[in-house]
Amino acid sequence: MSKKELNIFKLLSQKPWEASQSAIDNQHDGKTLDLSKAKLGVRTIMVVSTVIFSLFVVSYSDRMLVHDWRSLSEPWLLWINTAILIFTSFVFHKAKIYSDKNEFEKTKNAILLVGFLSFAFITGQLLVWQYYVNLGQYASTNPANAFFYLFTALHGLHLLGGLFFWGRATTKLFTKNYSISKIKQAIELCAIYWHFLLIVWFVLFGLMIAT
Amino acid sequence: MTDEYRNEKIETKATDSSSGSYTPPAETIPAKEAPDQELYHAKSFWTKWVFCQDAKVIGIQYALTATAIGFIGLILSWGMRLQLGFPETFSFLGPATYYQSVTMHGMIMVIYLLTALFLGGFGNYLIPLMVGARDMVFPYVNMVSFWMFLIAVLVLIASFFVPGGPTGAGWTLYPPQAILPGTPGSEMGIVLMLVSLSLFVIGFTMGGLNYVITILQARTRGMTLMRMPLTIWGIFTATVLALLAFPALFVACIMMTLDNLLGTSFFMPEIFTMGEKLEYGGGSPILFQHLFWFFGHPEVYIVALPAFGIVSDLISVHARKNVFGYRMMVWAIVIIGALSFIVWAHHMYVSGMNPWFGFFFATTTLIIAVPTAIKVYNWVLTLWRGNIHLTIPMLFSLGFIVTFVNGGITGLFLGNVIIDVPLSDTYFVVAHFHMVMGIAPLMVVFGAIYHWYPLITGRHLNQTLGKIHFWVTFVGAYAIYFPMHYLGFIGVPRRYFEMYDSPYMTSGVGLNQFITVAALIVGFTQFLFLYNIFTSWYKGEKSERNPWKANSLEWHTPDYPPTHGNFGKELPVVYRWPYDFSVPGSDKEYIPQHVAPSEVPTAKAEQT
Repeated sequence: MSKKELNIFKLLSQKPWEASQSAIDNQHDGKTLDLSKAKLGVRTIMVVSTVIFSLFVVSYSDRMLVHDWRSLSEPWLLWINTAILIFTSFVFHKAKIYSDKNEFEKTKNAILLVGFLSFAFITGQLLVWQYYVNLGQYASTNPANAFFYLFTALHGLHLLGGLFFWGRATTKLFTKNYSISKIKQAIELCAIYWHFLLIVWFVLFGLMIAT
Repeated sequence: MTDEYRNEKIETKATDSSSGSYTPPAETIPAKEAPDQELYHAKSFWTKWVFCQDAKVIGIQYALTATAIGFIGLILSWGMRLQLGFPETFSFLGPATYYQSVTMHGMIMVIYLLTALFLGGFGNYLIPLMVGARDMVFPYVNMVSFWMFLIAVLVLIASFFVPGGPTGAGWTLYPPQAILPGTPGSEMGIVLMLVSLSLFVIGFTMGGLNYVITILQARTRGMTLMRMPLTIWGIFTATVLALLAFPALFVACIMMTLDNLLGTSFFMPEIFTMGEKLEYGGGSPILFQHLFWFFGHPEVYIVALPAFGIVSDLISVHARKNVFGYRMMVWAIVIIGALSFIVWAHHMYVSGMNPWFGFFFATTTLIIAVPTAIKVYNWVLTLWRGNIHLTIPMLFSLGFIVTFVNGGITGLFLGNVIIDVPLSDTYFVVAHFHMVMGIAPLMVVFGAIYHWYPLITGRHLNQTLGKIHFWVTFVGAYAIYFPMHYLGFIGVPRRYFEMYDSPYMTSGVGLNQFITVAALIVGFTQFLFLYNIFTSWYKGEKSERNPWKANSLEWHTPDYPPTHGNFGKELPVVYRWPYDFSVPGSDKEYIPQHVAPSEVPTAKAEQT
């Protein structure tokens, strides 16, 4: 219905006062995009988060040029955490496929596994922090450390925010009061958000090992 | 949304556009594809008025909170004006108090008053009503947004009471001085300020999500984007800007908080103080400035664009004429919004940058004047041969146009590197930005309150007090800021606590006293306005329905003032834009948006 409106130039050159355009406009159902509100909401959040992380990346690239920059050596635990995160995304993708096929028993298992893996990831990140603290690598020791703590903390907070909505989706899945379409939507949106966080982690982790 | 629905839609469209006349069978309204939004029906006093999910109540909560903190900002400005006009007279004003007043005045006015009032206040109240929705799309998130804002305000106020007082680093909070001893409030004040700003950004993002998605997805049938009132276009674009710009402030706040609390060096260079080297080193204060102004410049338009939109509607309604060049107005709003992201470094000409960089930003700054000028011309052309009613909203709108042109033109001077360098950090800059983003948007705020107050309360504000309010504010603002331009020309620097016996200040002493007296009078008049708002709430003259004879949907709700759910049983269906005033061929003086073509068969389509 609203293909025409996706092109902002076409939209802004409409002549709403002309009879032909007016007739078309009278049929308009009031929606601009062919998306559900929740989906658009998640996308907006992802855009805002992307801006935040991009600005951090810009600051990082600016700061690392100064001579006092000493890169951290990444412990193997960080690679395990990355693997956990990849596997989480994979399981979430599976969960979405199961729920699309209405196989809700399998979905339930997958979604619980996602929660477990996500908490495992966060615990893993905290262990990495502990590892660095034991080495005497505090946030104030070096700008590279400061960025490491900042990135992991922010990424973790994003994941915790996601887990809040994962909790709500899980509740919907395990109680009988919700319509199937709502459950499906909740799972789909959470899955998108998890994939988004995986990509963010790739970018941040990639940046940290590359420099 | 299902596929069947989409097919059906395309068919109807094809038959309609082929008919081509203005009264086609177009009133076959599109089938409602989604059931009505399920609303949360409040039952107790608490859920109805305190933890409320109704956007109208949230809007009023936002507006009242913003006004309350705004009056604190006003009183702070008195403090600094007293110091500047009559130095060494008042024992309660020392350098620290002065800098704290300046800082808190700036921050409160820009963020906690204007941003919150335009987007949180007017946005919440007007968006659902004007686009024909029952409420915002995520009412619960909307409620949380207000409470985050309130907590941010409370944290800000708390900083007045911590050891060391609030921060006195200037509203730009430039590191390294903002967090180093010697700056007032470098102990706890700055931390609370940064925390408060971060909370504000988080709260705003929740609200902004609502505004954007409600405008995009929850409009009523027939309300195309190009039929929306310009108020909504302004608020929409400003919200998009805010969603993209506030993260920069958030990032800057977080990194500076860490610099302060954990001793990191994101922004802190190597510093020697009292002969000792501090732990800091290697950070870049310029990076903070870039982040701050990447937020700070769009912030100007976050305040200005809703004002542009609202004033267009006020002028159109009170001059009984359609907005001249509606499409151009929308274009201009969108272009200004886009350009506002590539002009930020014109705030940093004296910070040190590559000359080509300055050249680039001077150019973009001057380019942004083009769509802005188009808007000014269009407002004037809307007034041209209009049936101008000199109501109070119209007076304020006219005041806005003059003030905005004034502040905009000094902006053209400051946008040029060569002229900016000598004028930078003088009172010329202070006068410029107060004219363009202080007085001008406030004129619109006042006009809008006089315009929509009957809708909110069912009563008019007192007209006599209103006229006094307008004339004192308008004339007084010029009495304050015209002399201030001159002070800038003779080289008086801003942010100085006292000029002592500087030789070039001799001609400025009298001016400074004059400005202070004017500021006190204008400030007092705002209290008169506050008094008017509160007394008219219960004893104002009762307003009949739609007192200004406006066309947009908010005036045509079944209940007046609008109640929970906004539109009664059936949502309205929109057939026209909101500017059908004095349509040729029609016997009606104005045609509201929901009047079907068959009800006004003789009306001819208006060009815009």
